[in-house]
Amino acid sequence: MKNNQAELLEQLMEVGFVLVETNLYLDTHPEDERALRLHNTFSQKYDELCRFYESQYGPLKFTSMSRFPWQYVDEPWPWDVDFGKCRC
Amino acid sequence: MWIYEKKLEYPVRVNTTNPALAAMIIEQFGGADGELAAGVRYLTQRWTMPTGKAKAVLTDIGTEELAHWEMIGTLVYKLSKDATIEQIKGTPFEAHYTNHGKSPFPHNAAGVPWTASYINSKDDPVADLHEDMAAEQKARATYEHLIRLSDDPGVIDTLRFLREREVVHFQRFGEALCLVQEHMCRKKHY
Repeated sequence: MKNNQAELLEQLMEVGFVLVETNLYLDTHPEDERALRLHNTFSQKYDELCRFYESQYGPLKFTSMSRFPWQYVDEPWPWDVDFGKCRC
Repeated sequence: MWIYEKKLEYPVRVNTTNPALAAMIIEQFGGADGELAAGVRYLTQRWTMPTGKAKAVLTDIGTEELAHWEMIGTLVYKLSKDATIEQIKGTPFEAHYTNHGKSPFPHNAAGVPWTASYINSKDDPVADLHEDMAAEQKARATYEHLIRLSDDPGVIDTLRFLREREVVHFQRFGEALCLVQEHMCRKKHY
């Protein structure tokens, strides 16, 4: 696997994690307008990143479009991705 | 419904092969306070929650728990996949290997298989949300035990992330409980 894919996946995780947090927070604070603006900004970023990732490596979700043949089945699956050694 | 996203919630890095550690981390794969129990518990309690906010919290935290279950399975798999038979013999992973090979399986660190008796659903939002808050604290404590047992920096990084999520979920469940109680008080007066 080209490690660009792992790097792009990590970017996707970073932006996606903001949405995990804003989503949970908004569930109990639906009237916090500042949090909602943050959510919407990152929602847009996430969509753009997903589209770019999928154009390179195929569908993240079965609802996405794919080149021929169906790229969803391509390796690596998430548990096989090599993110390298921990830099921590 | 659910739609799978072909990625982990957080990058799982494992620097070493350590089947003994895999056998301990499997506690969070199929133990009483593990991620599977958490996910099934929250998603099962949704039907009888009285407010949209409480239903949302249970849906979204329950869904995140399934993503954590996938991360734990990945930790267990990466710690054991390259282990030789000699590296497995004599470790606590040997009993797991006898039945399941290197496939993760939902049992706890002592080998007891997952059971629905780890969870409950009471048709009582106050009782359910208290159970959920306790579950998050118990999972946090388990992660602290696992972090102390770990000597792989990648594994520790992942376990720290998961521990932090328990703290956030506890906070959100606490807020959901307050909102549910406010809702129940309002209902009594017309």
